[in-house]
Amino acid sequence: MKKTVFLGALTVAGLAAGASAAATLDDVKARGKLNCGVTTGLVGFAAPDANGEWKGFDVGVCRAVAAAVFGDPTAVEFVPTTGKTRFTALASGEIDMLARNTTWTFSRDVDLKFEFVGVNYYDGQGFMVPKDLGVGSAKDLDGATVCIQTGTTTELNLADFFRANNISYEPVPIETNAEAQQQYLAGACDVYTTDASGLAATRATFEDPAAHVLLPEIVSKEPLGPLVRHGDNEWADVVRWSLNALIAAEEMGITSANVEELSAGTNNPEVNRILGTEGNLGEMLGLSADWAKNAIMAGGNYAELFEKNIGETTPIGLARGLNAQWTDGGLLYSPPFR
Amino acid sequence: MTTLTDPPRAGFRLYLLFNDTRYRSLTFQAIALMLLIFAFAYLGSNLFRNLTAAGLNISYDFLGSSAGYDINQRLIEYDSQSTNARAAVVGILNTLLVAFLACVTATIFGVIAGVLRLSNNWLVSKLMAFYVEIFRNIPVLIWIIIIFTIMTAVLPGPNKFRGDSATASMVLDMFAFTNRGIYVPAPTWGAGSSILVLTFIASIAGIFAYRRYTTKLLYDTGRLLPVFWPSIALLLMPTILMYFVLGRPVGLDLPELRGFNFQGGLKIGGPLIALWFALSVYTGAFIAENVRAGIQSVSKGQTEAALALGLRPGRVMNLVVLPQALRVIIPPLISQFLNITKNSSLAIAVGYADVTATLGGITLNQTGRAIECVVLLMLFYLTISLSISAIMNVYNNSVKLKER
Repeated sequence: MKKTVFLGALTVAGLAAGASAAATLDDVKARGKLNCGVTTGLVGFAAPDANGEWKGFDVGVCRAVAAAVFGDPTAVEFVPTTGKTRFTALASGEIDMLARNTTWTFSRDVDLKFEFVGVNYYDGQGFMVPKDLGVGSAKDLDGATVCIQTGTTTELNLADFFRANNISYEPVPIETNAEAQQQYLAGACDVYTTDASGLAATRATFEDPAAHVLLPEIVSKEPLGPLVRHGDNEWADVVRWSLNALIAAEEMGITSANVEELSAGTNNPEVNRILGTEGNLGEMLGLSADWAKNAIMAGGNYAELFEKNIGETTPIGLARGLNAQWTDGGLLYSPPFR
Repeated sequence: MTTLTDPPRAGFRLYLLFNDTRYRSLTFQAIALMLLIFAFAYLGSNLFRNLTAAGLNISYDFLGSSAGYDINQRLIEYDSQSTNARAAVVGILNTLLVAFLACVTATIFGVIAGVLRLSNNWLVSKLMAFYVEIFRNIPVLIWIIIIFTIMTAVLPGPNKFRGDSATASMVLDMFAFTNRGIYVPAPTWGAGSSILVLTFIASIAGIFAYRRYTTKLLYDTGRLLPVFWPSIALLLMPTILMYFVLGRPVGLDLPELRGFNFQGGLKIGGPLIALWFALSVYTGAFIAENVRAGIQSVSKGQTEAALALGLRPGRVMNLVVLPQALRVIIPPLISQFLNITKNSSLAIAVGYADVTATLGGITLNQTGRAIECVVLLMLFYLTISLSISAIMNVYNNSVKLKER
């Protein structure tokens, strides 16, 4: 088993010999579909629905990129990756981009040679405890048993937080969210910690969500975003500006409902440039002129994707918070399209 | 009369490599070896070329940098500032611990179930057949998760022990069974306790000496001395005497509910228990079949002869059948021990920090050094498996049929 994995890795690395060296955009075009790495299943972010069709916030990013390249949001092959396999899959060329709530960190960017093209969700690690424990702050958790989903940055954040506050804890690493939930509800751990978005999503599925509180401390910065391999800037630009197009579209008021109408021409030159009726941005990227229009039509602009998949009307029930536009006090800020 | 002469030797020709039975097998082995080397060299060079092209390299520097994460069960000193190499060692020790415990208990379960399966009692033999078939035919991962889930769901959480309306209480005020694990009293070693330990070791040596003496006496004179009760007395009496002579140097540190958890005492974590128990009962079922096969391989005439000599059934099993059956049991037992060690890598399913979970899990994931970590894991499991094989082969040689 171990050997198979290793040989598999070698073979993948070998087969990808040509792929990683050549221009990814040309490869994707020649292949006729985009290989996009996603999670193995996290409802709201990326999970197959009852019909086996991938749905979610990260999936939306993949579809937008595919639409920008091909004009067809369904020209995507979703490759489920785990916390362990995701980086190898990307580095070997098995996938063209990774959109899998991956935290942008220095070492992943510099040491592992990946290019984070932006942030599609600003998250932070939080704590959830049962209300009857009577804990009001994460600093009161001295000696507590903490369930952590293993294979994420949360383990390191947790160690850092408890060390910085000079209090002790006992970690219980858990492989999946479902198991962690079960352990937590059975009282095998006092606290469950993961990204605040994940906690909210998990709490929403409890029988009695009101019996559990999220502690006020957010102990880390978790900018989650899509990433590509180092060394292919043209391809990185395509993914980066597809994401920016979704963010800028919200800012400019372009939605999947009115994009058709706006692309007939408007008085706003930036809207025109995004939608390709003015200037030649698409050509600069090596794409068609209506690339951004296709990306927006794939699943809507950023706000539409958010509301449809993880927003307050969904079971996940996340507020925009930091993920609001900069004009609304959030951190979303797309560079100008000019 | 002509004398026998060697058949005429033709000079060596190249085609003989393929046609002559003397050389043919060697030729094909050499070709296979060359192909194998070539395949590995191709994969290896390909890997290095592509890693270089991607600007990556194979580097084990990460082993020396601090790991940054905590591990809940550690047999050696470790904190989040320790190195990745130390985290790997913590994982290795945890793997070895659970593998050792599971090998011992699986053997015990297996021998008992294997012997009982041949029992003349219909109920007992059918019960054992049921055990073997149920556990052997459901994957071990499922068993690990079932046992862990049952433990979590059935045993009370520590907060159930708290307050006036506590629904759970400690057994004898010493043992606490919680869904986080079992807390037992831990010994505290006071002054003079080393003498106590030495006494204990000496009494174990004494037992062996006594048993050897009784055997010798039996063979020389035919007198049979009692063995069991003297052994028990030898084991306990000197140590208990010394304990009081030295003024009770060893105390007990009792677990006690403080804050969120039980503190003090010794904690046997839930994941360890679940993994240990699941591996034991699962592999025990396989060992039971090996034991049964071994016993059935001993000719019935041996049992009948032993009974005819007047040996009681228990002695027939212990002195005549089992020693001969061991020859058949040991070789498959070795592979069961190897299976236990390798199956212990499923530990992460229940959050047990074995080497696959530390080095092959968190370290791999945090440093992104997948190839390096997997190579190290392969080397570790290979070394352990070969060591177990080597040790068990020595034992196998000692029990195999001695031809005089």
